[in-house]
Amino acid sequence: MSEKKHEGADGIDWSRYPSTDFFDEMINNKGKARPVSRKIAKLLGDLSAEELESRRVAAESTVRDMGVSFTVYSDGENIDRTWPFDLIPRVISADEWAHTAKGLKQRVKALNMFINDVYHKQRIFKDGVLPAYLIKDSKNFRPECVGINPPKGVWAHICGCDLVRDADGKFYVLEDNLRVPSGVAYMLENREVSKRVLPEFFETNIILPVDDYSTKLFNMLASVSPRRVRQPEIVILTPGIYNSAYFEHAYLAQQLGVELVEGSDLFVDDDDCVYMKSISGLERVDVIYRRIDDLFLDPEVFHPDSILGVAGLMRAWRAGNVALVNAPGAGVADDKVVYAYVPKMIEYYLGEEAILPNVETYLCDDPEQLKYVLANIEQLVVKPANESGGYGMMVGPHATKKDHEEFRKLVVANPRNYIAQPTLKLSTAPVLTGPGVAEPRHLDLRPFVLQGKGIDVTTGGLTRVALVKGSLVVNSSQGGGSKDTWIVAEREVKS
Amino acid sequence: MMLSRVAERVYWFGRYLERVESMARLIQVYTGLLFDLPQNTGISWHNLVIASGSHAEYNRRFSVQDEKRVVKFLLEDLSNPSSLASSLRMVRENIRTTRDMLPPESWELVNEFQIFVNENMAQGLNRRYRHEFLEQIVKTCQQINGLIADTMRRDAAWHFLNLGRSLERADMTIRILEAGASMSSDFIENDTNHVLDVVWGSVLGTLNATMPYRRTMKVAVNGDDAARFLLEDTLFPRSVACGLLRMRESAELLPGNETVINALTKLVNTVAKGSDYNDVSEGFPAYLTALEQSSIIIHSAIQDSWFKHT
Repeated sequence: MSEKKHEGADGIDWSRYPSTDFFDEMINNKGKARPVSRKIAKLLGDLSAEELESRRVAAESTVRDMGVSFTVYSDGENIDRTWPFDLIPRVISADEWAHTAKGLKQRVKALNMFINDVYHKQRIFKDGVLPAYLIKDSKNFRPECVGINPPKGVWAHICGCDLVRDADGKFYVLEDNLRVPSGVAYMLENREVSKRVLPEFFETNIILPVDDYSTKLFNMLASVSPRRVRQPEIVILTPGIYNSAYFEHAYLAQQLGVELVEGSDLFVDDDDCVYMKSISGLERVDVIYRRIDDLFLDPEVFHPDSILGVAGLMRAWRAGNVALVNAPGAGVADDKVVYAYVPKMIEYYLGEEAILPNVETYLCDDPEQLKYVLANIEQLVVKPANESGGYGMMVGPHATKKDHEEFRKLVVANPRNYIAQPTLKLSTAPVLTGPGVAEPRHLDLRPFVLQGKGIDVTTGGLTRVALVKGSLVVNSSQGGGSKDTWIVAEREVKS
Repeated sequence: MMLSRVAERVYWFGRYLERVESMARLIQVYTGLLFDLPQNTGISWHNLVIASGSHAEYNRRFSVQDEKRVVKFLLEDLSNPSSLASSLRMVRENIRTTRDMLPPESWELVNEFQIFVNENMAQGLNRRYRHEFLEQIVKTCQQINGLIADTMRRDAAWHFLNLGRSLERADMTIRILEAGASMSSDFIENDTNHVLDVVWGSVLGTLNATMPYRRTMKVAVNGDDAARFLLEDTLFPRSVACGLLRMRESAELLPGNETVINALTKLVNTVAKGSDYNDVSEGFPAYLTALEQSSIIIHSAIQDSWFKHT
């Protein structure tokens, strides 16, 4: 066959792939491909270095042509950077994924019941399952939301749960993003790229499709419309062109066929309904998929100087005239201390044991646990309870003595605001680092869970990978890249 | 359904793209014109600043009116809102947020365009390479317009683009005529060097109107007929009457168009009636100023009808 590797033109030699202490997604520590990856590793190994290089170049130019970018603010200018994509897919078996998806649905269901409880009877606190101070001191608790009944009782309609694999090869939930999680557009675009540059892989493997996400998202958004109309008016509300996720906002608007609006396009009238300003006058809006943080949504209620939001939006929402996705206040469950209690919530609301484990978490406001954290800070990851995007955290083993000391002081000064976790041995997967050379790099996975009338999970999710050797930082603004995530059925899936 | 904001940005995209092309043509033709004129005519680089409509800003900042200063000011000065570089930046800003309204390749072309202009600006400042550089700019604008003409659906977005582009064109033609009249008035009594022929030739040249003028008017180049052609001809794309008629066609297909149609019809009638184009020192410039004001009224009508709903 012409595709066969020529003698001397070496491609990837898996037997020489470096073995480490970490769990590798594709190759076991004997240099053999794991069963689910076997066919894929073989196909990759059969490609010559030259062929691999030409596929890599093709992938790069596809990403560029499709205009997949993210915006970075530097030197006072906004730069559109091309999305870094690694050719080698991250492979997960369909059986494992089915189990994981079940766990994610369970988790998000419980989280939504928790948020609804927080803004109503607060049973879980009265029953002593969770300490009441969690709400009192929460930065993301919104008193404005108390007593509101959003459609279907759903607050967090779109949830991005970050999963990591530890050295034991098991998935753990690292955090739940319930405010405005991003990344799904890159998941969809990654699949487009790999279909173009690795077409033969799709012939020999049963790779489950991901592109039903747009339809599911649209149906979910339509299902929460407060007005019973055949075609509810759905819009995506973006903070605008300078937001780092603007590409995604525009991409999703195009995929869904809905308007991409900015705050100034919307208007709340005296009837407490939301309208958008069109060339033929005002048009009623039913569902707003907002990509703006709570505090910027409505200057009447939150930051009075916010120019991103819409005056009166909360009025309209509280009157039940518009659905906000995610609902304001959903972030109350997006707190690292609340996170530690999610398994208890699942037990309390659903009477079930959590399917997906949490990463072990030490709460600094518990005197015993605080003592442990202070004594072992060099080995721990310390995180503030309410930040996202990896801000304000310290990775013990990678930090200096001065950092350790500083964090000890921070934690003692405000224990409620900090949690600590053991430094995980984040799993790795092969990344193409040169012509015909693959090396292990750390990665995580962000699946997206949709809850409206029903509940759905993406097939896989967005795999983010640290492109720098040894680095645990998968963030795209700090040298991270991404991989397509393949959920592969080893046999025909019976449906 | 079209958002007012999106309509507004598409409209400005059309205007700014036209401005980029106009500025390139203007500098191109002026550079040629000044070579053709004897040194002592008194026509200087400053006339270029007048034609571009930014003399107030220029005079506030500079006293020297030499080629280098003027060309730099009009080409690359980002602090001058009417410079070519400023207009191009606005083209990109406006398309960035309306990408889904225009053909996808136009976004790519605009990106490449901005990179090309940034990288080669020095050529535009240097007289030796200026012609090539400016020609490339004009060609790229034509390429983008051609792409849009061939691939864009004639939906509301297209009509807003057409409104912006046509109004900008009419504005530019009026300004070029103003510059022509101002230069003519200095020589109307005594034109031993035949400066007027050169001036009106360059007015027509700036607007790519030389051939169409000859075939339509069937007379040698002269100020009276050049002005009549550039204002009253209903078929030449850069003549004012033609631009206004095209705008009216687009406006007729948009909702809530009354004020705009009225303003356009009024101006169409004024242009059709004409003026004494030979009175280059008083009557004609005053008439052009009145046309400019009408064009501002049309812009406000567009804004009030479609961009400002509360």
